[in-house]
Amino acid sequence: MNTAEALSVPAPRGQISIRNVSKVYDPEGARVLAVDNCSMEIAAGEFCVVVGPSGCGKTTLLNAIAGFHGITSGEILLDGKLLCGPGKTPPPGSDRIVVFQNGALFPWYSVLENVTFGPVVQGVMPEREARDRARELLSQMGLEGIESNYPSEISSGMRRRVEIARAMMTDPSVLLLDEPFRAMDALTKTVVHQFLLDVYDRSNKTIFFITHDLEEAIFLGSKVYIMTTRPARIKTVLDVDIPRPRDFRVLSSAKYIKLKKECIEAVHEEALKAFKAGEREMA
Amino acid sequence: MSTASAATATRNDAGPSSLEVSLFCLREWLKSAAPYLNLLGIVGFIFLWYLLTEKLKVPWFNKLPGPVGVYGEWVSPDPSYGISLYTPEYYQHIVTSIWRVLQAFFLATFLGVPVGLMMGWKKTFKDYTFPLLETLRPIPMLAWVPLSILMWPGREASIIFLTFLGSFFATVLNTLLGVESIDEVYFRAAHSLGAKPRHVFLKVILPGALPFIFTGLQISMGFAWFSLVAGEMLAGEYGLGYLIWNSFIMVQYPVIVIAMVTLGVIGWLSSALIRLVGNRLMQWKVREEIR
Ligand SMILES: Nc1ncnc2c1ncn2[C@@H]1O[C@H](COP(=O)(O)OP(=O)(O)O)[C@@H](O)[C@H]1O
Ligand SMILES: [Mg+2]
Repeated sequence: MNTAEALSVPAPRGQISIRNVSKVYDPEGARVLAVDNCSMEIAAGEFCVVVGPSGCGKTTLLNAIAGFHGITSGEILLDGKLLCGPGKTPPPGSDRIVVFQNGALFPWYSVLENVTFGPVVQGVMPEREARDRARELLSQMGLEGIESNYPSEISSGMRRRVEIARAMMTDPSVLLLDEPFRAMDALTKTVVHQFLLDVYDRSNKTIFFITHDLEEAIFLGSKVYIMTTRPARIKTVLDVDIPRPRDFRVLSSAKYIKLKKECIEAVHEEALKAFKAGEREMA
Repeated sequence: MSTASAATATRNDAGPSSLEVSLFCLREWLKSAAPYLNLLGIVGFIFLWYLLTEKLKVPWFNKLPGPVGVYGEWVSPDPSYGISLYTPEYYQHIVTSIWRVLQAFFLATFLGVPVGLMMGWKKTFKDYTFPLLETLRPIPMLAWVPLSILMWPGREASIIFLTFLGSFFATVLNTLLGVESIDEVYFRAAHSLGAKPRHVFLKVILPGALPFIFTGLQISMGFAWFSLVAGEMLAGEYGLGYLIWNSFIMVQYPVIVIAMVTLGVIGWLSSALIRLVGNRLMQWKVREEIR
């Protein structure tokens, strides 16, 4: 494997084990079961995608890994060490960087200040060095020339890429992406998809990517977990054996189309259930 | 050196400087109808005032000084009531008032902003202080006058205290609102990137609350002048508020208007100054708005 040899990180980190995880919101009152007995084994350096209908509990699962809230039962391990369990919530940390659904670049900081935020607050390198590194990373990622712009001055596609660059700056074990390209038009999406694939090929970080978009899931992921409607359970796991590096031509390959068809059938059933459940709630 | 040239290249690609942004805004403003309409409004008002008082001499208004009379007094080297642009007393009143407002305003800012930030940051601190704030805040400044005179040894201190109070509540409340307006996602992002509490405070809470803080400072400056005049009217020996009240008692009506207009202009300038400092500190906000 060529990409593996070119790795700057010697031993891949970021192996995640999710074991029988359940999460109940408001256990004293409404008892909303959001995640029900989920198990996943994510290898170090794997690009794992979770697909499911809106409101099924994907964000809930991701937030547990990120450390934004606890879980009700089960356990999550990172590189063999216990991360979350009932009564144990890890503090959010830079080993598990989150790229948020609606974007979270600090509007009051320039692109460069955003990208250097992680290393500067962690005190791992002096500010000067962080700035040089950030410039280097941004230009590697094809984002030069916008360092001193504020997030409001660049396009939404750029903002997402800068946010991914900001995450990569802290050299995390895992990159957690929560529907990062949700509100984007199709053209911008193709650009950011390619960008993320390049970042992945270059770094081989473990990626935990959430989406409700099947095509995106198959195009990006090595393994696709299809979730049921709430409570989130794993319905199907799909191995996407399309070789990397991938580009837009994958989208018209026979293998991709076949995988997509399998997926659509699995998901359609769930979507129908979700729709019916919704109708019941309305009634 | 290639790195050096790369650095300059990126600097050239950078967005416009803050001066360029300000000039751009000014040019756009001059190109619009707004400045001419503003001027027309003021001129129209003065003309109406002239008509009512000096030209038509409408009975209701016949005790009021007209614009021509006021202006004549204002620019007279030898004013009949002793106050004009040429008399040192005029400036003494102005300087006294400005100095009182400055002391009170800065005290209110340096106490009010940290208190507001703390209230937004630490839930327990808010639980202690918020009901107190909400009870004290609606009390009109005039109601504080007697206590303030009783509490402080001299007039000066009690006037500054009154002015401070008006400022302080507005600053605290707006700072608190500013912190609460910050989207939860920025806190999560900061924590996720490894920020410790002090970073969250300095790099998320403070800059995130800054737009509200500056809105609050403008309001607080307005309250400061309001309370100052109230205080000076009741307890002053100098100052524009005192001048207004004293001129009323001494039947020197044009001086009242001179002092009022002076207050208006200084009040407007002080709030423009705060806006200017705010825009300087919050380039990101300015650029968001001209977009
Ligand atoms: N804080 C909360 N309290 C109660 N219910 C919640 C809370 N957050 C989310 N939920 C519910 O849990 C379910 C899953 O939410 P979420 O994980 O955000 O879904 P997804 O990200 O898949 O769209 C939803 O039905 C939502 O209404
Ligand atoms: Mg979600």
